[in-house]
Amino acid sequence: MQRLRVRYAKRGRLRFTSHRDISRAVERAVRRAGIPVAYSAGFSPHPKISYAGAAPTGVASEAEYLEIGVTTPCVPEQVKLGLDGSLPPGLDVLDVVEAGPGGLADRLEVSDWEVRLPGADRELAEVAVEKFLAASTVDVERLTKKGPRRFDAREAVLRLVVSEGTDRTAAQVQGRPCVILRMVVRHMTPAVRPDDVLTGLRLVADFAPPVPPEVTRLAQGPLDASTGALADPLDLDRDTTRGGEAGPAGEHVAG
Amino acid sequence: MPVESIFHRLEALLPKVQKPIQYVGGELNSTVKDWDSAEVRWALMYPDAYEVGLPNQGVAILYEILNELPGTLAERTYAVWPDLEALMRAEGIPQFTVDAHRPVRAFDVLGVSFSTELGYTNMLTALDLAGIPLTAADRGDDDPIVLAGGHAAFNPEPIADFLDAAVLGDGEQISIAISEVVREWKAEGRPGGRDELLMRLAESGGVYVPKFYDVDYHPDGRIKRVAPNRADVPWRVHKHTVMDLDEWPYPKKPLVPLAETVHERFSVEIFRGCTRGCRFCQAGMITRPVRERSITTIGAMVENGVKESGFNEVGLLSLSSADHSEIADVAKGLADRYEGTNTSLSLPSTRVDAFNIDLANEFSRNGRRSGLTFAPEGGSERMRKVINKMVTEEDLIRTVTTAYSQGWRQVKLYFMCGLPTEQDEDVLGIADLAKKVIKAGRDITGSRDIRCTVSIGGFVPKPHTPFQWAAQADHETVDRRLKALRDSLRGDKQYGKAIGFRYHDGKPSIVEGLLSRGDRRVGAVIRAVWESGGRFDGWSEHFSYERWMAAAEQAGVDVAWYTTREREENEVLPWDHLDAGLDREWLWQDWQEAVTGGEVEDCRWTPCYDCGVCPTMGTEIQIGPTGRKLLPLTVV
Repeated sequence: MQRLRVRYAKRGRLRFTSHRDISRAVERAVRRAGIPVAYSAGFSPHPKISYAGAAPTGVASEAEYLEIGVTTPCVPEQVKLGLDGSLPPGLDVLDVVEAGPGGLADRLEVSDWEVRLPGADRELAEVAVEKFLAASTVDVERLTKKGPRRFDAREAVLRLVVSEGTDRTAAQVQGRPCVILRMVVRHMTPAVRPDDVLTGLRLVADFAPPVPPEVTRLAQGPLDASTGALADPLDLDRDTTRGGEAGPAGEHVAG
Repeated sequence: MPVESIFHRLEALLPKVQKPIQYVGGELNSTVKDWDSAEVRWALMYPDAYEVGLPNQGVAILYEILNELPGTLAERTYAVWPDLEALMRAEGIPQFTVDAHRPVRAFDVLGVSFSTELGYTNMLTALDLAGIPLTAADRGDDDPIVLAGGHAAFNPEPIADFLDAAVLGDGEQISIAISEVVREWKAEGRPGGRDELLMRLAESGGVYVPKFYDVDYHPDGRIKRVAPNRADVPWRVHKHTVMDLDEWPYPKKPLVPLAETVHERFSVEIFRGCTRGCRFCQAGMITRPVRERSITTIGAMVENGVKESGFNEVGLLSLSSADHSEIADVAKGLADRYEGTNTSLSLPSTRVDAFNIDLANEFSRNGRRSGLTFAPEGGSERMRKVINKMVTEEDLIRTVTTAYSQGWRQVKLYFMCGLPTEQDEDVLGIADLAKKVIKAGRDITGSRDIRCTVSIGGFVPKPHTPFQWAAQADHETVDRRLKALRDSLRGDKQYGKAIGFRYHDGKPSIVEGLLSRGDRRVGAVIRAVWESGGRFDGWSEHFSYERWMAAAEQAGVDVAWYTTREREENEVLPWDHLDAGLDREWLWQDWQEAVTGGEVEDCRWTPCYDCGVCPTMGTEIQIGPTGRKLLPLTVV
């Protein structure tokens, strides 16, 4: 069975889709596109589509990944066109490769997040980030399905910088300056999410943005230990299946 | 006047609410047309949560048909949950459409589709959030025409004060006609304002405008008469009937939501109307005559719908789908076409006979044989004669035996409680029936691994049915009978564990009864309930019987008078001026025959019994067979 690895984005208003919403949408799109998806055996067969580390509801992403098992070999570029055309605008297919050896989930070691904080004060943000990075641990609490859970939000944060840009999504008046946090966070258990880091900033410096943040995952993948940069997790598949043809760069513009 | 999207304001609230995806639109096959170039703009509302409203066929069909008209634009709006409602009020965000997030008040027409009366309070929330005055009399020229449709619109009197207009029957053609009247009136510079527009609609006799009718009452509270208060307004308003369903093969581009909804499938209506003559069934009475979609059109619609939507389930809808004259060929043809594709087929409304099992077997070729549903509705033979549901105990046992013997493991049986003339033993008869079903199943399969679920609902007398004169059972009686039934089932050592029992208490049915057969005076109750926080009355976690009773008391409305009181033949009923085509004398005669156990055959196969619909409406029964078959698809 050929397996295809898909990188897709959830953008704009479709960032409010939950993981379950996306999986239904993908199953339907696969059928609409006529992709020969494999089904599990048994009483109620399920299409063989698996997801790696989905971004939470309300968070946009330029780098979500899934894997499709197909019964007859497909040309990745055609699957990309077919699937993208069958998904609603806002769920956009960015890259499809044939899976090489090795699991995809193992390669998704870190995420690069962009957190836009409209109306937040830049100086306060910088002070908070400085304090956060200076701390050895920052314990935060999050309500999980199993009740409140306390964990350290500091260790997972490999990089955290403040910059400024203009508002991009429709939520705010276009063109107004806006504080932006960029953070590279290692995937751990329990997962440290951008809102946990924001909780940490509130704890260390009482930094609280006035409106809900706009969060976008820009990339996820393996960490290059020497450069500290994020690599494209599908490059390894391309190397083994097509001899190293370059994929798209790590960053895309959110819609 | 430019109309802007409110989405940028809504977006900031979405992270704070449950299931935000339901408010963002963007469904596959949804349409956003240019506002400024449209001449007539419709907001279509299903007055319940998105997850219930999105799969609604009525709204989906009108949305598509209206958007296909060059000068017309249609968008959808749904009831927002209380969490978002509170935030919208705090932020001053109006009721919006999910397509382009335009404020509902900016539209020309707000069409609200009522499948059930329990959506009335949600309409008031939407009007209020939209900034549209709740009472039609308070609306100005800048407010949309608030127009009701759907089955509940066959008695819109309880919401008459809140409506500008109502339409009875099939919406396809009349919505286009209304669009044209609105377009002309606007193009002429809106002469005479809102009043003239309503007058133009009312004159046709096809649109009911409540304010053009006065209701007079007797001192004892009964209605004396309902009469037009203007010249040129007809005494009666007639329902609409689409005669050729093949000419209206909608939905062509099914809406595919991102959010999870109650029906995740592509549905094709295989026929409209039903003449089985079940006396409790309003749908069967008001949608006559039977009009079939041809096997060829059904096949083409399924093929197109599956392709356009990507759904993996197809539902063949109607009031009694196994009654389609070519259902066997439809079932076999579709089962052949989709065998091995993981596309499953379902036939939601079924009747009790062995033929049905054959159909179910065809439809389960792709999957497992889990559950089959039958609706005997009445627990005793006598009861079933009263309601004209002609199923004998023998029929039922033979049918379930066949089902169990062919590998079906679970049978679900639907019943009603509180039917006219019902006695305790009629309801207890349900337990006997269920036990016999299990016994028959165990005997034929030699296995104890079979189940039967009894699902029971409270009967509510509905307008335009032979039971429109009947006394509704009070909730104490219904609850007492249900409890006795439950005890009889649970207490049975031999069969009790194999029988599931699902029921609701009798109180919600009383409120439904008040709203179903209410008149204009009931409007004050609805408003008081809404003002005291009533929302989402179709949801048990939101419904409050106490709130309804308190509001009725406050409004001086005697709930029992509207519900548990039997009506006399000559009493003017609140909906008598609304014409579903049914001859009032025939309905009364059928009501009398119900009490004496007289049966009525189906007029598709026996001579006409003069219910009155076809001659009054100029319609006729349209059924096959066409003799055609479904050919295999070349590419699946």
